[in-house]
Amino acid sequence: MADRPANGRVTSAKIVIAGGFGVGKTTLVGSVSEITPLTTEAIMTAASEGVDNNDLVTQKTTTTVAMDFGRITIDNDLILYLFGTPGQTRFWFMWDELVRGAIGAVVLVDTRRLADSFAAIDFFEHRRLPYLVAVNQFDGKQFHDIEDVREALAVAPQTPIVPCDARHRESTKSVLINLVEYVLSMHRSRTAGASA
Amino acid sequence: MVIDRDESVGVGALVRPYAVTRGRTRPRVDIAMEALVETTARGRSGGFLAGQEQQTIAGMCGVGLQSMAEIAARMQMPLGVARVLVADMAADGLLAVHEPAALTDGDDVVGTELLERVLSGLRRL
Repeated sequence: MADRPANGRVTSAKIVIAGGFGVGKTTLVGSVSEITPLTTEAIMTAASEGVDNNDLVTQKTTTTVAMDFGRITIDNDLILYLFGTPGQTRFWFMWDELVRGAIGAVVLVDTRRLADSFAAIDFFEHRRLPYLVAVNQFDGKQFHDIEDVREALAVAPQTPIVPCDARHRESTKSVLINLVEYVLSMHRSRTAGASA
Repeated sequence: MVIDRDESVGVGALVRPYAVTRGRTRPRVDIAMEALVETTARGRSGGFLAGQEQQTIAGMCGVGLQSMAEIAARMQMPLGVARVLVADMAADGLLAVHEPAALTDGDDVVGTELLERVLSGLRRL
């Protein structure tokens, strides 16, 4: 860390990777992360937050929510994190924390199971978090036309929909670049609108 | 605080998650999971570190910046437990916590600059 500018503010940013179970979120994170994706767990305790109350109780009173994430060092004072959403969309409390302060989100979809991504899209729209849709092409095949996917998901015309292969670094890079470009363009037009 | 790991063998986890936080489940301050943590000079000196967990965290964040999520994952601790430990160590001046630049703060200059830096960084990959 000695090479960091003396007065540089150290900061981080994050991008959320969402999508249905088994669609390839962790594969996507791993294809571009500088570390093997790690898993962080949050424990949701139903009734008791005590320490020693579980010895005689077989029924589970806590739920563990796991999130896989990766890391990309942008600069010695700026690190980007990619956080995969928990597989089960019912853990909304965790989604709230995930989207707080995020640049935007990638909704990874499998065209054979488009409905799996509805909850994520609804959530991001409700939270006004910019997102793009990345259509994962298993075995390099494109199953549907991009505009058919747009219609099926009922996403706005300006929302980018891009094909990708989550296994490949260049493809994942391109998805992330597309997302940040989109967020930046929205940001600039809003700034221009505010100062006009 | 000294934790005798041998005593916990057979109980399941090596140490009950909230034993290391003395039962507290809420940190003094809320730390974002992508907040970056580094060990201060005081933390590096090692003399003020209370226990094994604190020493491991100070060692980890002395080598390079680690996010709150990375600390929890590498310590194999739930996020909430690691947060309490990090918040306590930060309050004792052993760790410095750098909160992320929030894009939602409404500071458009900071937001635009951050987005541009992330974009050019991704293009360089």
